[in-house]
Amino acid sequence: MSANLQLTDDGRLRHLLTLDGLPARILTQILDTAASFITVTDSERDVKKVPLLRGKAIFNIFFENSTRTRTTFEIAAKRLSADVVNLNINASSQSKGETLLDTIANLSAMQADMFIVRHAAAGAGHLIARHVAPHIHIVNAGDGRCSHPTQGLLDMFTLRHYKGPFHNLRVAIVGDVLHSRVARSQIHALTTLGCPEVRVVAPKTLLPRDVENLGVHVFHKMAEGIKDVDAVLMLRLQNERMRGSRLPTAGEYYKHWGLTPDKLKLAKPDAIVMHPGPMNRGVEIDSAVADGMQSVILSQVTFGIAVRMAVMSILAGN
Amino acid sequence: MPTPMSPQPNLPTHLPALTPEQLIDRLAEQIKPHIESNLHADCALVGIHTGGVWIMDALAERFRVVGTPDIPRGVLDIAFYRDDFSRIGLHPETKPSHLPFDVEGRHILLIDDVLYTGRTIRAAMNLLFDYGRPATIKLAVLVDRGGRELPVCADYVGLKLELPADQHISLEKSEAEGLHFIMKRKP
Repeated sequence: MSANLQLTDDGRLRHLLTLDGLPARILTQILDTAASFITVTDSERDVKKVPLLRGKAIFNIFFENSTRTRTTFEIAAKRLSADVVNLNINASSQSKGETLLDTIANLSAMQADMFIVRHAAAGAGHLIARHVAPHIHIVNAGDGRCSHPTQGLLDMFTLRHYKGPFHNLRVAIVGDVLHSRVARSQIHALTTLGCPEVRVVAPKTLLPRDVENLGVHVFHKMAEGIKDVDAVLMLRLQNERMRGSRLPTAGEYYKHWGLTPDKLKLAKPDAIVMHPGPMNRGVEIDSAVADGMQSVILSQVTFGIAVRMAVMSILAGN
Repeated sequence: MPTPMSPQPNLPTHLPALTPEQLIDRLAEQIKPHIESNLHADCALVGIHTGGVWIMDALAERFRVVGTPDIPRGVLDIAFYRDDFSRIGLHPETKPSHLPFDVEGRHILLIDDVLYTGRTIRAAMNLLFDYGRPATIKLAVLVDRGGRELPVCADYVGLKLELPADQHISLEKSEAEGLHFIMKRKP
C-alpha cells in the first residue's frame, strides 16, 4: 500500500497507517519523542499531563474489540490534554447499515481532529485517510491481518530501552505470524531500524508463504530459532482468526511452540521476553516466563502510552 | 544614506567582545551573593535545553564549595509547552525534562542562553508549575538581546544587546571551540 498517503509533501508524517515504507528518520523521531513523554508521569510532577493538544478532539473508533489498545490511546490523548470520544461502532450506526465513510463524515462534522481506527478489514485506515479533510489525521490501531503500527513502535521502544541500539541485536518473533498484524509491523520496524538478524520462528502452517521476502530468517524449530537471541517477541495464537485446522490442539502447540523456562534458557541469559497481549497462558507462553524476571510485558503496556502520545502529537503538529 | 540592502553601520553584526566563559564568570559573580545569603538551603538550578543546561553546569562549577553538597540541578525541555505548536508542529528533537527534587516551595534559578521574545521563559514557567508551586523563580541569561514580546525580564544578565529582528545570536558548543556564539542574519 502507498506509503505516500502517510506523508506530507515535505516528508512529514500526516497519518500513521503502516510502518511499511516509513523511513528510519521518522521511526526514530517517534521513539525519541516517546522517551521525552515518559517523564510526564514522573513522580516529581504534580500535574501528570502536558497542554500540547488542548482543544483538539480525538475520536477512538473501534470496529473491533480491544481493551488495552483503546485504553492506552485514551490515556495518551488525555495526558496530551485532548478531548477524547470513544465509540464502539459494533453497537451503533453500522449495525443500522451506515457505511464506514458515512460514519467518518458524520464524525468529521462533529469537529474531529484525529481518528484512531481499529477495523477487521485490511486497509480501512487507508480508505478513511483518502477521504478525510486535509486537517484530519488518522492512526491505524490495527486493521485485519495487515498492520498495527503503534504496537510495532512500542515494541521497538521497549527493545531499545532494555537492549540498546538495534544494530547489535538478534531478535526472534515466535508464533502465529500468519494471522499477526503485530508481526508484520515488528518486521518492518526492525529491518528499517537496522536490526541485522530478525528471525521468525513458527510451524509452516502459521507462516505466510512470502515471509522470506520481508528480510527475515525462517526457523521451524523453537530450539534453533531462539538460540542466542537478545529478545523473544512472542505472538498470540489467534484462535478467533483461524479457519480450518492449521493446528492440532492447544496442548500440542504449547509442547512445541510454547515459551517455557527450559526453552528460554537457549536464548542469551539476559534476553528479554515480550508479548503484545492478551496472553494465552499455557498456550504460547508459560506463566513462569510471563511473570518471570526476563519478562518486560507490562513495561510494554506502560511504554505504549508514551509512544501513542508521541504519534498523536507529531501528527497533530504536521 | 546607506541603501536598504547594505548593513546599517550602527547595528552590531559582530560577535560580543566577551567570550561565553567570561560572561558566565560575570553571571556567577552576580548570582553568588544571593545563593550564599538566603537561597542556598531551598535553592535549585534549572537549565533550559540545550544552551541553558551548558550554562547551568558551568555556573554549578563556579558555585561549588568543597565540603558542602552541590545545589540540586534540573533540566527542562519546553517542546510540549511551546505556543507555536499549532503553527510549526512538534520540535523534531525533544529531550526528557528532569527535575530530581521537589519544586514545591523551592527557590528556582531558571537559566537560559539567550533571552529574546520571552516565549521560551513563559513555556518554562508553565512547565515548572506542573511540577509544583515554587517559592520564587529568578531568571539568569547569558545574553539579553532585546525584542521582548511578553512581560518577562531577567534578574541576572551576562550581556545586554539590542539586536534587530533579522539578526540571530545563538550559543553553540563543540569539542574544538568549547562554548561560542554564532551570529547570523535571518533571510
